[in-house]
Amino acid sequence: MLAPDSLPNPLGLLAELTHRCPLGCPYCSNPLALDKRSDELDTVTWARVFHEAAGLGVLQVHLSGGEPAARRDLAAIVKAAREAGLYSNLITSAVGLTPQTLNTLAEAGLDHVQISIQDAQEKSADHIAGYDGASTRKRALATEVVKLGLPLTINMVVHRANIARVEAMVDLALSLGASRVEIAHVQYYGWALKNRVTLMPTQGQVEQAVAQVETLRKKHHGQIVIDAVVPDYYARFPKPCVGGWGRRSINVTPAGKVLPCHAAEVIPGLEFWNVREHSLGDIWRSSPAFNAFRGSGWMQEPCKSCALKEKDFGGCRCQAFLIAGDARAADPVCHLSPHHALVEQLAAVREDIPYNYRHI
Amino acid sequence: MAGSNAIDADAKPSLPRGVRLVHNEAQGGWVLLAPERVFKADAIAHEILKRCTGEASVQTIVDDLAKTFNAPRERIHDDVVKLLASLANKKLLEL
Repeated sequence: MLAPDSLPNPLGLLAELTHRCPLGCPYCSNPLALDKRSDELDTVTWARVFHEAAGLGVLQVHLSGGEPAARRDLAAIVKAAREAGLYSNLITSAVGLTPQTLNTLAEAGLDHVQISIQDAQEKSADHIAGYDGASTRKRALATEVVKLGLPLTINMVVHRANIARVEAMVDLALSLGASRVEIAHVQYYGWALKNRVTLMPTQGQVEQAVAQVETLRKKHHGQIVIDAVVPDYYARFPKPCVGGWGRRSINVTPAGKVLPCHAAEVIPGLEFWNVREHSLGDIWRSSPAFNAFRGSGWMQEPCKSCALKEKDFGGCRCQAFLIAGDARAADPVCHLSPHHALVEQLAAVREDIPYNYRHI
Repeated sequence: MAGSNAIDADAKPSLPRGVRLVHNEAQGGWVLLAPERVFKADAIAHEILKRCTGEASVQTIVDDLAKTFNAPRERIHDDVVKLLASLANKKLLEL
C-alpha cells in the first residue's frame, strides 16, 4: 500500500452504464455474469460519481456498457458529466442510437463518439455482431456524428475472422470522416476468453497486421490517427495494464461496483466497494481491491528485481491469475515468466467452431 | 498540408470540437483534452493554445507572444510552429 501523499491521481473513469446491448459480439469485455437492468445505478448516483471523480483529478469519462444508448437517461448523464467538468466519450455500438438522440447528446455537451465496426465486409460484420443489418446502421450513424461536427473514432476489434482486412478498415474509417481509428486486437478476458479458440489469429497473421498498421500510419500521417492495441499472446513483454493497478483508471460497473479494471472480478478474494455505500474518493484511497496491487510490494520474481517494473507494472494481474493461476505472478505474456510457454501453447489452439455469442 | 511541418503564417489556428483546454487543480495545471488523449500543457504551450481561437493568425500570435514576453520573435516562431504542426498532425488543431 502506498502512503497517502504518494497516491496517484486517476485520469480516466470507465462508466459502464448498463450491460444491456443489442449486439452479441463474442469478444465482449463484459463479465460472463451480467448485471440486470433493475440493479443499474440511477442518474443522480452517476452525477454524484462524476463529481467525485473530477475531484480526484479524473479528466475523462468513457460512457460505455453494454450499449449506453439502452439507457433512457443518457442525455442527462452526459449533461452531468459536462457539469462535473469531465470530457465525455461515448463508446457505442450505434445500434439503437437514433440521430435525434445523438443530437440531444451533442447539445448536452458530449465531446467525442467512438463507434465499433466489426469488419469492413458488411456480411461478416453482421455475423460477428450477431445482428443482421448492424453494419449499415453503424455507417449511417457515423455519418451523423461527423455531420454534427463531433470527433469520431472507429473501433475495430481484430481477430481471426477479420484480421486480413485491417487496411480496408482504415480506409472505411477515413471514408466515414473519422479522425481516429483503433485497431484493437482481442484481449482474452470475459466473453473473448470463452471464445478464444475461435478468435485466435495465427502468428503470421498477427505479424502481417502489425506491419500493415505501421505502413498505414505513415501513409495517412496527418489525416487519421491510428491507435493499435497489441495482440499480447504473441508479445515478448506484457502491456502496462490500465497504466498500472490503481494508478490511472477507475471502472464503475452498472450496479455501482468499483473496479481497478474491467476484468478484475475474475481474481478471487478481492473485496470491491460500491458507490452506493462509499464515496469514490474513499474507494480510490482505501478499498482493499485498489490497494491489492498498488506499488510494487506485492511483486514476486522475476518482476521484483526487473528493471521494467515501473514501466509495465508486471503486466496484467487478471491474466496472471487466468493463465499462471496466481494474480501476484508475472503476466505470463512476459518472456521472463516461468509460465510463458503456456501462453504459446494456448495461442496455438485454434478451432473453427461457432461463436458463443454474448447474452444476458 | 497533411503531414507537413510547413504552416501558413496567415492560417488562423483553432481547437476543433472535441479538443478542450481545461485547468485541473488535482492534475496540477492546464491540460489539453482530446479523444482518448490528455496532454499536459506547460506554461508556454498554454500561452500559445489560449491564443488559438480561430481569430488570430499564426503571425499575430507570434507577434503577440514576442511582445508580451519580450522574447526574440525567431525563437517564439519556432516554438509556435513546432507545437501547432505537431497538434495538427494529431488532428488536435485546425489550421
